[in-house]
Amino acid sequence: MNEVAFLAWVRGIGFQIALGIFIVGMVVRWLEIFLLGKKHDYSAPKGSAVQGAIHTIFSRSIPEKSTWQRSRVQIVTGYVFHVGLLLIILFLTPHITLFREFLGFGWAGLPNSVVDLIAVITMFALLVALVRRLQDPVLRFISTFQDYLVWTVTFLPLLTGYMAYHHLGFSYPTILGLHILSVEILLVLFPFTKLMHAITLFIARGFNGATAGHKGVQA
Amino acid sequence: MSNASFSRGYQALKAQIDAPIAAYFSSCVHCGLCAEACLFFTETRDPKYTPIHKLEPLRKVWEQEYTLVGKLKAWFGLSTPLHDQELADWQEFIYNSCTLCGRCSLVCPVGNDLSYMIRKEREGMVAAGHAPDGQISAAKRAITVGSPMGVKFPALQAQIKHIEKDTGFIVPVNQVGAEYMVTLSSMEIMNYPEYLEALARIFKHAGKTWTLCSEAFEATNTGIQIGSSDIARELVSRLVNAAERLQVKTLVSPECGHAYTAIRWEGANLMGKAFTFKVQHILEVLEELRQQGKLKTEGLETARMTFHDPCQLVRRGGVIDEPRNLLKTVAQNFVEMEDAGKMNWCCGAGGGVGAIEQAHELKTRVFQRKISQLDAIKVETVVTACANCRITLEEGFEAYNREMPVLGLTELIAQHLVEEPATENAHE
Repeated sequence: MNEVAFLAWVRGIGFQIALGIFIVGMVVRWLEIFLLGKKHDYSAPKGSAVQGAIHTIFSRSIPEKSTWQRSRVQIVTGYVFHVGLLLIILFLTPHITLFREFLGFGWAGLPNSVVDLIAVITMFALLVALVRRLQDPVLRFISTFQDYLVWTVTFLPLLTGYMAYHHLGFSYPTILGLHILSVEILLVLFPFTKLMHAITLFIARGFNGATAGHKGVQA
Repeated sequence: MSNASFSRGYQALKAQIDAPIAAYFSSCVHCGLCAEACLFFTETRDPKYTPIHKLEPLRKVWEQEYTLVGKLKAWFGLSTPLHDQELADWQEFIYNSCTLCGRCSLVCPVGNDLSYMIRKEREGMVAAGHAPDGQISAAKRAITVGSPMGVKFPALQAQIKHIEKDTGFIVPVNQVGAEYMVTLSSMEIMNYPEYLEALARIFKHAGKTWTLCSEAFEATNTGIQIGSSDIARELVSRLVNAAERLQVKTLVSPECGHAYTAIRWEGANLMGKAFTFKVQHILEVLEELRQQGKLKTEGLETARMTFHDPCQLVRRGGVIDEPRNLLKTVAQNFVEMEDAGKMNWCCGAGGGVGAIEQAHELKTRVFQRKISQLDAIKVETVVTACANCRITLEEGFEAYNREMPVLGLTELIAQHLVEEPATENAHE
């Protein structure tokens, strides 16, 4: 397969396969969680479970004081790469062009030079996260193969995107193809790995917050 | 707890898994922030005490039983099934180093209620026969004798006589139609009889009817702590039957954290029906009486005091403002510890840990957290509202050579009640 055919494949069939697995996977995971159900709570409520759920869905994005004091580096690193990823995905002009193609509408992007800087910062934050995972006694202890796999498939789209933008290493069609392929790998793995947290954390916070709200605790 | 076996344990774990647990495990990113929320980690710096690690057996069962990926991994031989030795090895994490304090549940950035999961994981441990001996015998005593510490009604009766003789107050027993049915923890009967005397004073002062029940005076629930719904249900049902039989309006949980969780939150679910009576912690009752103007106090404690929040009351029970409002009416120099209230640190021996012999050294070690919290504010007295916290604080202070009186809030309030008829009886 030459580079043009490769690019055409990742843009066509490859993308369709990836998207298909992603969508089916998401449905499967959704069912896996909700089919398990939850028992009715007969205890007399002290507060509102619904309000608790909504509160925690938002409030848990901000660390409480003692956690912040004890885990600053971890928290800042996490914030930086999450916000960075979100900005790059949503506000890089070529990405918006793609969204417009699929969704029928788009929005204003950030200047390429700005996104370029964000990409560098994000990759740096991810590298810090990796070093910490390898060095911090707790993180090293609890980490599994999947943690490193997910790190890799998150880092690769950034790296290949950065290389494509700066025309580094490979011919443009090849590196662009690799970039798209890396995103497809991410899509395929998303429902079946901890990447899924991007969706399920809202469910988790909701359940936790509902329990707390029912008891009159602000979680 | 008889006929425990690995397969029963496995089935129990499997049966515990619900949608929240599936969402929690799906969301964990191994960020490790829960470690710093747990005093067993912060005081030892040993990664094995990271809360999410304590859930590995339950996570394995979830992945292998309830996820497509888990099934595939097992099919390709990429994962090992849970085995009995693993559960045995995890006793140290699931029991000895977890008080179900719930701090990790408030810290986890993806919102995982880890404490909820560990509570459920214990169900599997009991069914598999891997609960700690100390807790098993406490649970057995609770079922057969009626109290985890083996306290029988005659012991309480003797105490009642004492109180009635000393104070001239009546301690009603089996009074049908009383407004409040009061329960106790064995710890209070054995070590802190001041509590019952305080109740007699308070209810007399407030003009409320109350009663004890000779067949159901023990409120602590070893079933909740060890993780056996069957035992928990049996113990709860004794209280529920008594409250129904005596037709009381409110069942009052004593100065105890887990007793409150057992009867206030898990109780109705264990019985599978809503209660026909109200359940309140004694602090909630006192605060209500205070707000109604039925709790008139006089004189102020001058010692520098702080309040140690029992975990089950703040984080798992929402009793946060009550003790503060109450304490401020009788204490001039009330100061808060850092992280007080919702984020307060556990005493280190709740959730049954105090009953586990192998955990003794560890619980003393992690008490350093409380020592650090208290050293920072230089108080002279600690007030709390849980007999188990209280004994742990007392033992901890002894181990760390600290002279520090520990008081129960209820008795402190009782000491300051305006005597009837209003005589000027200034309290020191």
